[in-house]
Amino acid sequence: MTKFVKGNEAVVIGALYAGCDVYFGYPITPASEIAHAAARWLPSVGREFLQAECETASIYMVYGTAAAGRLSMTATSGPGMSLMQEGLSYMAGAELPGVIVNIMRAGPGLGNVYPEQGDYNQSVKGGGHGNYRCVVLAPASVQEMCDLTIRAFELALKYRTPAIVLADGLLGQMMETVLLPERALPKPDTSSWAVQATPETRKNLITSIFINAAGQEAHNRRLQTKYESMRVDAQHDNYLCEDAELVLVAYGISSRIARTAAEALREEGVKAGVFRPLSLSPFPAEALCRTLSGRKALVVELSSGQFRDDVLLHLAKEGQRYQPVGLCNRMGGMVMSVDEVVEAARRELGLGK
Amino acid sequence: MTQKKTVGMYESFTRSGRPSRATHYCAGCGHGIIHKLIAEAMVELGLQDRTIIVNPIGCGVFGYYYWDCGNVGAAHGRAPAIGTAINRMRRDAVVISYQGDGDLGAIGFNNTFQAASRGEHMAVFFVNNAIYGMTGGQMAPTTLEGMKTTTSPFGRDPLTAGYPLHVCEVLNQLKAPVYIERVSVADTKRIMQARRAVHRALEIQRDGKGYAFVEFISPCPTNMGLDSVKAALFCMAEMEKEYPLGCVRDRSATALARAPHAPAPSVEAFFQQSEQHQAPAEEVDASFKEQRLKFTGYGGQGILSLGICVAEAARLEKRFTTWFPSYGPEQRGGSAACSVVISGRPVGSPAVDHPDVLVCMNQPSYERFAHDVRPGGTVIVDATVPLMEKAPEGVRVISMPAIDLSLKLGVPQAANTMMLAALAQLEVTGLKREHLLEALDASFRKKPALIEKNRLLFNEAVAWMEKNL
Repeated sequence: MTKFVKGNEAVVIGALYAGCDVYFGYPITPASEIAHAAARWLPSVGREFLQAECETASIYMVYGTAAAGRLSMTATSGPGMSLMQEGLSYMAGAELPGVIVNIMRAGPGLGNVYPEQGDYNQSVKGGGHGNYRCVVLAPASVQEMCDLTIRAFELALKYRTPAIVLADGLLGQMMETVLLPERALPKPDTSSWAVQATPETRKNLITSIFINAAGQEAHNRRLQTKYESMRVDAQHDNYLCEDAELVLVAYGISSRIARTAAEALREEGVKAGVFRPLSLSPFPAEALCRTLSGRKALVVELSSGQFRDDVLLHLAKEGQRYQPVGLCNRMGGMVMSVDEVVEAARRELGLGK
Repeated sequence: MTQKKTVGMYESFTRSGRPSRATHYCAGCGHGIIHKLIAEAMVELGLQDRTIIVNPIGCGVFGYYYWDCGNVGAAHGRAPAIGTAINRMRRDAVVISYQGDGDLGAIGFNNTFQAASRGEHMAVFFVNNAIYGMTGGQMAPTTLEGMKTTTSPFGRDPLTAGYPLHVCEVLNQLKAPVYIERVSVADTKRIMQARRAVHRALEIQRDGKGYAFVEFISPCPTNMGLDSVKAALFCMAEMEKEYPLGCVRDRSATALARAPHAPAPSVEAFFQQSEQHQAPAEEVDASFKEQRLKFTGYGGQGILSLGICVAEAARLEKRFTTWFPSYGPEQRGGSAACSVVISGRPVGSPAVDHPDVLVCMNQPSYERFAHDVRPGGTVIVDATVPLMEKAPEGVRVISMPAIDLSLKLGVPQAANTMMLAALAQLEVTGLKREHLLEALDASFRKKPALIEKNRLLFNEAVAWMEKNL
């Protein structure tokens, strides 16, 4: 069964099939359609919707839901995401699952409501206080807005940690065909750790405090081991990379533009491909190294180079010798045209116009 | 002195690593008494297995070492949000939010206020000792006028630091709360009244009746700089002047228990019944030439829905299709635009920089976008728009009186249907006319009366084109 929907609506379809029990959120452009769809659809299937008084409340409602052993989500854009950082840190510390969708807009500050990818570091590196990071998935189509939301719920539960779906205003607003899942995921059993108001779960405790430093350190080490173990769930996609001389590295909506640019470059005889991470945390670092080895690379992103810096870091950490990685970027809500990427690629290869 | 075991509390407390019967509270502190009152009421009412206490930040942070029930730690001020989620997700739960004056009255006051206003099903126990304890005796929102604290060393001056906050009285302005009472734990007589208030608040939770709020005037000898006896006397003599004891509201006798959820379909069944018309899944077709279209005009001219209609027609032909609108402040008045890409393979960029087809319903968008059209492409522009002296090179420009025709036919809002007819007649979308019409019909599925009407308009526009082009 298919539906032609906005990316923002596809998120809610995914959430419903993943078993999301409740949605909490505060309105913000360009994420509001998620709340609109959630307000229509969740109560229609016996789930709950609540408009929170602020994003801080939203994230702690997600925290509370997880503490009680149920699944919930919230969605927002940059300014709201900033407000949620404290709660994300608490969720990571208390090891609580939940899904947060960030439909990125231009910043910093109020910025504007047009697409950007400037929240990369905030989402991927933690963003709140303390040593933690979230699962971060980066859809690039309306179908993936649905599928990766489901995946986010799965990974949030698997690792008992918050999972972020990192998209942008363009992905949220655009419409494409979504193939709906066959069936909903089964209800998870959370009774071993959640506080469910039952005799069996009475002794369960949700907290992120270890008052003695040694205990807090041990907790931190355990968290880091958990984050390392997430590597097995790193996901990526290669497009036309087998024989490529130049690999465009991009995630989310930028990868769609890169895809068209790669096709255009091939039409003029330049062998270009696209490497696209579907998960930004865990990052598909090995696959990135394998794909980029011996090839020129150009990062395409709607931010200041935050993503390019991470590409360089991952290459270095995987032991790859330093290689220059070009950057084709726009900010402030401006989206690069295919032509711009093609030109940047030519420059990277030392080709004239 | 041997201590009697308190029901509802652990037999020994392991907070410091070694089992102990002593809490971490200072001598003369009210927290221990309030903890016991809650624990006893929870057991006496048979609610221990169902109780979840949201523990605060502050001196009460270690409540979970004492209370033998479900415990969830909260961030400073956020217990009401956490309690909101728990009571909605676990309707059998008796949710307690235990908070101090900085937590509840300062950093978390809006969360408190909003949860109270929603009538969340929780009992809020608010410990008011007029000072921050854990962080070192700073001024709280409830600190009395003239009272010295580490951050009001010359005494609280209301002109610069505001007045003491009367939380019970503020919450009493709201409709939803069922029960609001201020009590004290400064002496035995007062503790007995506090005990009754705790019972009442938990009974309201047991019966599913709604929001209950109990404020405890509570001594903090350490930070008040007084011994235990004097701190209790301060509570009775000074704090009760500012914060009079008593019940300000009790609707528990008349409040109704919340209704159970109505039965609902499964998510699979819900989407099966969903009203949107069905289209087949996309198929790869290398022979199909990708079409990139742009629709532009003023908001309210049906630009976005025209784009969706074309996209839906493309879906009927199993094409990969994207639709992307201008959005944000633009969509409220001013210009509107959307891009549609129709392809035989997965679509890359959904943004259309160089359209094959441009539909313009107003002058600004014609001037802005006409020069971007690909050579060999087509511009369909409303006849109200004056054409440029020189059309873009290699681009066909069709002036179509869509607005005029729709006005003449008495349906001014249907100019977009005229443009759809033009697209069909000019055969520039790569899509079959029957599918464009089917998508047009489907777009009015909620207003079936308009289907025939728009078919008629469509035909009128085709007739005009056959005659004039």
